[in-house]
Amino acid sequence: MEFLVSRTFYARGQTGQQLLLGAYSAMNRQIAKGKIQMFSRHEMVELVKVDGKARGIIARNLITGELERHSAHAVVIASGGYGNVFFLSTNAMGSNTTAAWKIHRNGAFFANPCYTQIHPTCIPRSGEHQSKLTLMSESLRNDGRIWVPKNLEDAEKIRSKTIKPTELKEEDRDYYLERRYPAFGNLVPRDVASRAAKERCDAGYGVNSTGEAVYLDFSAAIERYGKEKALVSGIKQPSVEKIIELGEEVVEQKYGNLFQMYEKIVAENPYKTPMMIYPAVHYTMGGVWVDYNLMTTIPGCYCIGEANFSDHGANRLGASALMQGLADGYFVLPYTIGDFLANDIRTGPISTDLKEFEIAEKNVSDTIDKLMSIKGDKPVDYFHKRLGKVMWEFAGMARNKEGLEHAISEIKTIRKEFWENVRIPGDKDEMNTELEKAGRVADFLELGELFAKDGLERSESRGRTF
Amino acid sequence: MDLTLKVWRQKNSQAKGKMETYPISDISEDSSFLEMMDVLNGNLINSGKEPVAFDHDCREGICGMCSMYINGQAHGPMRGTTTCQLHMRSFRDGETIYIEPWRSGSMPVIKDLVVDRSAFDRIQQAGGFVSVNTSGNTQDANAVPIPKVNADKAFDAAACIGCAACVATCKNSSAMLFVAAKVSQYSYLPQGEVEAKDRVVNMVNQMDKEGFGNCTNTGACEVECPKGISLEYIARMNREYVSATISSEKK
Amino acid sequence: MALSGLFLIIFLVTHLVINSFTLAPSKELFNDAAHFMATNPVIYLMQYVLALGFIIHIGMGIKLTLQNRKARPKSYAYNQPSKNADLSSRSMIISGGLVIVFLILHLRDYFYEIKFVGLPSGTTDYDLVVNLFSSPIYTGVYVISFIVLGFHLNHGFKSAFQSVGANHKKYNPAIKIAGTAYSILISVGFSTIAVVHFINQYSFN
Repeated sequence: MEFLVSRTFYARGQTGQQLLLGAYSAMNRQIAKGKIQMFSRHEMVELVKVDGKARGIIARNLITGELERHSAHAVVIASGGYGNVFFLSTNAMGSNTTAAWKIHRNGAFFANPCYTQIHPTCIPRSGEHQSKLTLMSESLRNDGRIWVPKNLEDAEKIRSKTIKPTELKEEDRDYYLERRYPAFGNLVPRDVASRAAKERCDAGYGVNSTGEAVYLDFSAAIERYGKEKALVSGIKQPSVEKIIELGEEVVEQKYGNLFQMYEKIVAENPYKTPMMIYPAVHYTMGGVWVDYNLMTTIPGCYCIGEANFSDHGANRLGASALMQGLADGYFVLPYTIGDFLANDIRTGPISTDLKEFEIAEKNVSDTIDKLMSIKGDKPVDYFHKRLGKVMWEFAGMARNKEGLEHAISEIKTIRKEFWENVRIPGDKDEMNTELEKAGRVADFLELGELFAKDGLERSESRGRTF
Repeated sequence: MDLTLKVWRQKNSQAKGKMETYPISDISEDSSFLEMMDVLNGNLINSGKEPVAFDHDCREGICGMCSMYINGQAHGPMRGTTTCQLHMRSFRDGETIYIEPWRSGSMPVIKDLVVDRSAFDRIQQAGGFVSVNTSGNTQDANAVPIPKVNADKAFDAAACIGCAACVATCKNSSAMLFVAAKVSQYSYLPQGEVEAKDRVVNMVNQMDKEGFGNCTNTGACEVECPKGISLEYIARMNREYVSATISSEKK
Repeated sequence: MALSGLFLIIFLVTHLVINSFTLAPSKELFNDAAHFMATNPVIYLMQYVLALGFIIHIGMGIKLTLQNRKARPKSYAYNQPSKNADLSSRSMIISGGLVIVFLILHLRDYFYEIKFVGLPSGTTDYDLVVNLFSSPIYTGVYVISFIVLGFHLNHGFKSAFQSVGANHKKYNPAIKIAGTAYSILISVGFSTIAVVHFINQYSFN
């Protein structure tokens, strides 16, 4: 019994987690050997350049608030993507652009900032309180059929919970991906699927209370698997219930934990009713420009992984972020960084007492003092949410000239207000989560504008940019 | 829904700390517990107070950061759920909710609900790895045949996210479930078997050094673990530890 | 803990068997067995091993409990331990402590009485047992102690197996059933003997 070829190497819906644990354990081995020092709960807040080369960083200890100077012969930034500029994304809450943005402000070119990927299968927003969006593994698209009601009245009834989706007959369902793209059907590339979902929801066919959701339906797959399983198990003329039971077992084996996660969040059973999904910001193809050796335009400053712009161009394919992580960190950088370090083989340790470190530290300290002194009346999240809304509306899946120009001026306004009116309680010399967030949002407020400017420059439709 | 929250506030690791009471209203049933805390923090900031500091990151149940002891249970009343996966529909309108950090001598409070779990890092540095230098020597994983049963068992153990709910709920503040998961993750697989003896002894010794308590098999950890790690890993580790101590090459 | 516990578990079975001899029609069976236990050189040696077993079990229990308490210097303002662990597993130090109190009384009544004070002439070990159980308070204390012991064993039995690593999904149900059966057997077994003697005092007269 052969299934279709699996899309990618797949580890129970936590492939990334297991790769992370593998890398983390290898790191632990090096720490135990004394080859690496780990500084957890520290954040890089500035790059330090000496004679034009990247020679270290200023880091802030997030527990004590102390600023630390760390010197080195080269600096590698692997700080991930800037999806959180949209406030709502599948990124973790701590993800930010600060490290990449600081090296950009120090001269590293930034490339393709407006190239972001919007992932089609995420759990829809349930209300204003939403803090992040949860990704459902794209492998679900292998088996699910995407649809919205064919008629606007049915969509309205579903939104008001007057009827249930399972009550809609096949002919009243619009399997819009199968309709629009007969060759690939539900397996169209991410950007196509995302745009199609937004198009249907903007037209009024969305199926949840916010109107921003479409269905991913597994009933056909359950039936198919059930019939196959019955055949394999030698059950002759299985009943409909038996087929469904067997089919659900197969689906549970494949996607059990994903279905469980969905049910925990949405409180609906995806085995019995179609799953709701909606696109969400997921990955940023743009980032710091790097050459083939993964070095930025600052000598000695490297940038790897999602933080850089390379490998994906305008459209990232499934699992290739993980691939890039491996490629950059495992196959490329270990071999290319040596080339740079070879020229420094006679350079002794870099002293952190150099003037450049002092200046950099003072700059950071001044910025922190400035932020703390504003004492306005709006919390950091207020500005972050505003920025996110502007980005999603005008610099999201479909953009045009007016929208982007509006975005640029809006973002400028929000930034100005931020620096005049943000309120950061507490002290800087201890753990202060609001101060941490403020620094990151300040950088997002600059990146956002660059993002929109980049979008404006490109009057083209390329990959995920439409 | 409206709620009364009783939250542990502690300014820093030296401060004594105490429970504070905060009423909160208009919380949506569909919001998650941490989104509710966000609302609380917004209210606190607006009234000129400091927000409650708490660890969180992925808000999806996989990173292991979120760690609140809610109404007397680690990660709240639901089984197999982390704090961030808990939703407000698990609570009733008007309910009082107690929110405390993980409590263990080996995981001191840093601030409010944030605790220092670096003890777990140190335990993993003591042996939670396979000593292989793979640079340039990568072997195709499919070239090494492994019984699926073992692979599955190893994976189930590898599902541990290191959140320390097991320590928090254990009456003895023991880290056995965590260490057992990390040890088993490797010892079931041929690559990990090579160093299994040293690994189990080193990691258990580090665990004891950190000051975690001893396991008395109450089973609370297994019940509260958001990833469903089973007590059988502790039993397996006990066997491994005894056998390693007896048959180790070291003196 | 597990090893000393397993040793004591075996000891308890032996003790129960011998005690059940007091229910036999002839008092000689018990007296002969008691005599055997008191004079046999191997048993004589085992007394010390048994004492050691108790000392190790009690000593370690106290040490580990103190160590474990230290591992959590600040307790939770609100905790619900009953949600994930049964009462017997959480109160071993208490049930154990009560068993120690019982042990002291028990040793004074029998071991000390027989070995150091000496029984009045004409009284056999059997008579001592029957006389002691003529008091309702005495019998009541013993029965309560047996229930507490059963509670202690309920967790101890399964826990000992887990600590030595005997956990396998094929045999776990058997271990669980054996543990419960064992605690009930010990608890009910000893209690029955006590109660029977208590009731029998009325049928003799």
